[in-house]
Amino acid sequence: MTSLLKKSAFLIAMLLSASTFAQENAQVEMATGLYQSGKIYVVVIVMSLIFVGIAGYLIVLDRKISKLEKENK
Amino acid sequence: MKKNWWKIIAIAFVLYTIIAGFIVPVPAQPILHETIRNLYFHVPMWFSMMTILFVSLWHSIKYLNKSNIQSDIIATQAANVGMLVGALGLVTGSVWAKYTWGAWWVADTKLNGAAITMLIYLAYFVLRGSIDEEQKRARIAAVYNIFAYVLLIVFLMILPRMSDSLHPGNGGNPGFNNYDLDSNMRMVFYPAVIGWILLTVWIFTLRVRIEKLKRKKLFND
Repeated sequence: MTSLLKKSAFLIAMLLSASTFAQENAQVEMATGLYQSGKIYVVVIVMSLIFVGIAGYLIVLDRKISKLEKENK
Repeated sequence: MKKNWWKIIAIAFVLYTIIAGFIVPVPAQPILHETIRNLYFHVPMWFSMMTILFVSLWHSIKYLNKSNIQSDIIATQAANVGMLVGALGLVTGSVWAKYTWGAWWVADTKLNGAAITMLIYLAYFVLRGSIDEEQKRARIAAVYNIFAYVLLIVFLMILPRMSDSLHPGNGGNPGFNNYDLDSNMRMVFYPAVIGWILLTVWIFTLRVRIEKLKRKKLFND
């Protein structure tokens, strides 16, 4: 009788741990839809454009300061 | 153009970060989901801040050694840019926290440490503003700057590691291995750090050059 109890307790514990394990492995939601539709590239292009704009602005500033430095020598 | 090669690297690396940062696959982690990509943008802000504030510290020490006012200009402008990237780091971190931890701000050692560090550096500018005499201002500010960097290390690197924290890389973990940074992410993250640091240094050099021009003009007029 005790061994049957032990066995069933063990079985229940196994099942419980299996279910928690399954929960851990459950699919983590990612932006797969956005990637499948291909529209993530729109965001990438927009971000890249903004950054290229800022970088260009920095280059222009850099040149302006260089010019001023030459004039003030 | 020859001495500007690193500026091109800065632009190329940050552009690469933006493109690869969105496209390269990332490990699927619960809670984080796609926000793991923030790692390429939020974390380099702090790397940049630590770097540029180290430049500031270095030139403050140099000033105390040689009493050259140029070192004082460099130290001030570096601290100024450090505040810019630090503020961006705080704001981006706050947004990230809202969507992963559920609050804009939590009373966490790392977060509060970062905020206190910012306040310490803001006090550096208040201190500078309160002294009129140039040499005196430079000397006192340089001494304060050394204290400020020591406190930065204490608040950002030591105290968060000594207590548990929601923020990754704390509670005894020196790195950010909580993120399970895989080789894909490393390929983007390392260039991201280098690119953002170089970009910060670039903005800092522009500020230094403007400040020097201003002083020269004052001197000439």
